[in-house]
Amino acid sequence: MEENKEKTIKVYIMGKEHQVPEGLTIMKAIEYAGYKLVRGAGCRAGFCGACATVYRKANEYKLRVALACQTLAEDGMYLTEIPFVPANKAKYELEKIKPSPNIILQYYPEVARCVACNTCTKSCPQDLKVMDYIQAMKRGDIARAAELSFDCVQCGLCAARCPAEIVHYHAAQLARRLYGKYLAKPSPNLEKRIKEIEEGKYDEEIKRLKSMGLEEMKKRYMEQQKNAEKEEA
Amino acid sequence: MDIPYFPGCSLKSNTRYFEDSAREFFAELGINLVELPEWNCCGTVYSLTTDDIMRHIASVRNLVHAQELGKKLGTNKLMTLCAMCYNTLAQVNALARSRPDDLKTANEFIDDLPDYEAQVEVVHALSFLNENVSFEKVAKLAKRKLNGLRVAPYYGCLLVRPEHVKIDDREKPALMPKLFGLLGATVVDFPYSVECCGSYHTVNMKDVVVEKTRTIIGSARENGADAIVLSCPLCEFNLDERQKDVRMKYPGFERMPVFYFTELLALAMGKKINMGAHYVSPENVLKKYGLV
Repeated sequence: MEENKEKTIKVYIMGKEHQVPEGLTIMKAIEYAGYKLVRGAGCRAGFCGACATVYRKANEYKLRVALACQTLAEDGMYLTEIPFVPANKAKYELEKIKPSPNIILQYYPEVARCVACNTCTKSCPQDLKVMDYIQAMKRGDIARAAELSFDCVQCGLCAARCPAEIVHYHAAQLARRLYGKYLAKPSPNLEKRIKEIEEGKYDEEIKRLKSMGLEEMKKRYMEQQKNAEKEEA
Repeated sequence: MDIPYFPGCSLKSNTRYFEDSAREFFAELGINLVELPEWNCCGTVYSLTTDDIMRHIASVRNLVHAQELGKKLGTNKLMTLCAMCYNTLAQVNALARSRPDDLKTANEFIDDLPDYEAQVEVVHALSFLNENVSFEKVAKLAKRKLNGLRVAPYYGCLLVRPEHVKIDDREKPALMPKLFGLLGATVVDFPYSVECCGSYHTVNMKDVVVEKTRTIIGSARENGADAIVLSCPLCEFNLDERQKDVRMKYPGFERMPVFYFTELLALAMGKKINMGAHYVSPENVLKKYGLV
């Protein structure tokens, strides 16, 4: 057998020692060691928020969290993946509720338990000001909560770490829905486009697209990508 | 003059007219309330488990924000309007000053902000007016008299207890009586001015508050008051909104309007107040005294 010249590091996955090549993400390190991720893996590009992970570095007391597909494994790390973050999700009918100052507290009353420790902000892989949007909810500022939470990928790490048991990401989703429905300025372009769609402007193209073969569709897609790249350049 | 200012959650949501009236009033004095650029809930209630430092972190964070803004504005003061925010911030501040080890623990935990140096002075707007402006000056700048409006100042607990953060006499508070007397109101003394309003019992033991409100408003009425003036959004809710529930239990109960102190100050400066924000409309009382 040929000698493996690749430099390896030692990691502990769910307590068991493994040697993995240097430079892998936590997710790839876990897979390299032979584990199959059924849950806790998604887009593998930092967008979907499915791969919340919790780890410790060698000789460090801090429990750290991150997205497994975005964080490199280091020598001596203790690793595991969180397949799912249990979190209560309130039921509401957006049509029937109004963006009143206490509406979020009504559906997510634990928001009022915030002690401003800022652990949520420190745990956010998106670098959002999570505590600040929770505080905005407390003072009834739905627009600010929506704005500060806009880039949330719903990984749930904030909720997993919160000492006050708040489910930040679900509460923030309510804030954004209320903002979108009731508070955001109406967009004339959106209304124009919806009208065009309703009037059947794109019906013909959609019909053509639906009847297109797979090869033709692939060709069109590649052409479109090339054109887009050209335009960018 | 710029003064760092902590609004608190209630003043930004259910009781905006408290802040609005304050801003209008202070603008007339040439005082600009500079809201802390970042702030969080004061902590709501000062935690009596003093060694559970996590329960004081919210206040300490705010004190750090006040310290940093104060350095820019050249002051160590942080002003509040809400009696509850005042009480919580002032008590945590006192804790920070008296227990350096606990402050160190808090500072080490809050590793995303500068350390709190325990130099900020938390002041309530009433004591700020008394000590840094003078009530006489406020009276001199007033655009109109309060025409003998018979008003009963209500303190509740948070401005007079505990001893080390009180802004006024615990048994017989004098700041509001003096201020509104100078502004031309007829100040009504009544035995329940430092009685508790029932506080958070309003959530799950409503009847406690119904009885308290009936006693407090009833006593102010017996002593000749036409209105209550106060400084706490929770007292305001209990004494104003809960009059609806008092009426349901005691149909003969006579309603009385409740003002924030800043509303009467804004009125004295010739400003209009937001009548619609009150549960018990103050319109008839203000008409009676020619104030609208």
